[in-house]
Amino acid sequence: MDKSLTTAQIDASRLRLDMAMQLLQQAGALLPEAEPYGEDWLQAVIDALCDLSSKDALTGLVNRRSFEMALSREVDRVARSGESALLLMLDIDHFKAVNDTYGHAAGDLVLKAVAAALNQVVRPMDTVARVGGEEFAIVLPSCAASYGLMVAERVRERVSELRVEVAPGQILAVTVSLGGAFAPQWVRSSSLLWMERADRQLYRAKAEGRNRACLETQVDSLVSAEEKGMLFAVTQQESE
Amino acid sequence: MSTTTDPAAQNPAPTTMAATRPLMAAKGGARTLAVTSGKGGVGKTFVTANLAAALAARGQRVLVLDADLGLANLDVVLNLHPKLTLHDVFTDKASLEQAILPAPGGFHVLLAGSGMVEYSRLTPEVRDKLLNIVELVRPRFDWVLLDTGAGISDVVLFAVSLASQVLVVATPEPTSLTDAYATIKVLATQQDRREVGLLVNQASRVGEGKLICGQLQQVLQRFVGAKPGHSFKLDLLGEVKQDTSVRQAVLKRQLVMEHFPGSDAAQGIKALALKLMER
Repeated sequence: MDKSLTTAQIDASRLRLDMAMQLLQQAGALLPEAEPYGEDWLQAVIDALCDLSSKDALTGLVNRRSFEMALSREVDRVARSGESALLLMLDIDHFKAVNDTYGHAAGDLVLKAVAAALNQVVRPMDTVARVGGEEFAIVLPSCAASYGLMVAERVRERVSELRVEVAPGQILAVTVSLGGAFAPQWVRSSSLLWMERADRQLYRAKAEGRNRACLETQVDSLVSAEEKGMLFAVTQQESE
Repeated sequence: MSTTTDPAAQNPAPTTMAATRPLMAAKGGARTLAVTSGKGGVGKTFVTANLAAALAARGQRVLVLDADLGLANLDVVLNLHPKLTLHDVFTDKASLEQAILPAPGGFHVLLAGSGMVEYSRLTPEVRDKLLNIVELVRPRFDWVLLDTGAGISDVVLFAVSLASQVLVVATPEPTSLTDAYATIKVLATQQDRREVGLLVNQASRVGEGKLICGQLQQVLQRFVGAKPGHSFKLDLLGEVKQDTSVRQAVLKRQLVMEHFPGSDAAQGIKALALKLMER
């Protein structure tokens, strides 16, 4: 589409933007610095709204909608590249008791603390999301099957080290249960199926006593290092 | 790969055991050939479609069955827009006759259609339906080519198990070779295949196929065929050289066999067809 044509047709000052601006202000989002109602300004408003609608208001993590998009992208990538990717589903143990005993404000503090801990413990390329009340999810691209349990354990431990001060002098310890599943390599699956599989492992972790990680068993590379060595021995000599 | 040494013929497997060994005995009807690859994007569907055209050019009646249930793209390669697919046959919305379509290149296709994603999990029902369809089409053709999905999932292994012969497509790339090796190993150990065909696609020079086949064979001999009484043969059925006409044909969604019949790639496919017919 011809850009100049469309900008000529839209007069941004005539758009109803009060609600959008109020939302951005309330969320503490950076308001666009550009000249109001110009193209750059309008783009910045749209960008800020996109950012706002993809994040969870309380924790600042990616929200469920945005997470499902990330998950679908990852499914496509794995189906084509065959690279291993892990999905972890997490649930705060006995969270209802925290809310019931200390109130919802305390519950919110716990959620925020867990969210921050999760963000710190993963790689920048991983996506951490809040997908439900006390439910979180992490998608880890390029995560080899042999590292899966180690990664899940690291997350679990990091959360278990948290001490959340929910009221002056009132310090709570938090634990999470984790379930994990790898995306099926080379196979186009759906993000929904993937979440279902990880969820099943989460239920298992809960049933086995909480504060633990359960991963779906998966066949690691079928080809051993010895086999690979032999496989490429000749071609390497050839190319040298 | 001759029908007399077909493991399925010697040792008919119970039909309930999926993905363990070939289910189809090579009795009357079409010869069944599964085309598979391990890694995606090595030209498996390209090879299948052009092989079908090459066989058809030799007077063979050929059906290509899109067994890549979750991720079908035979329709894309052939530039077909089918109204009726395997999905409609599965759900009794169309008869098998209605869903078998003529394709450019003088062969027929049975396309999976995008609705097949829900079949990407191998349930006993899907298994029986596929098995049934292959049985139904075999008397009417000389060749049934099964274009399977990439990888070594249960659906792929099952689709391969429907065929009496297997053709593994690999490129000289290390990742493709590793995955082809893994696939062949699984076929040899889990499906008890004694012979698997190999096509080296995108070869950079003449003779690269032979080199790669020899190497794979050597590793297979060591890790698969080492057990006494268990011989395994990887049969080099062809090599298709890297060829700019392939890219041109793929982008235009045409068959190399039809539009660049004199190209290196077309010659390679023709040789593959001849070799298959001889065996």
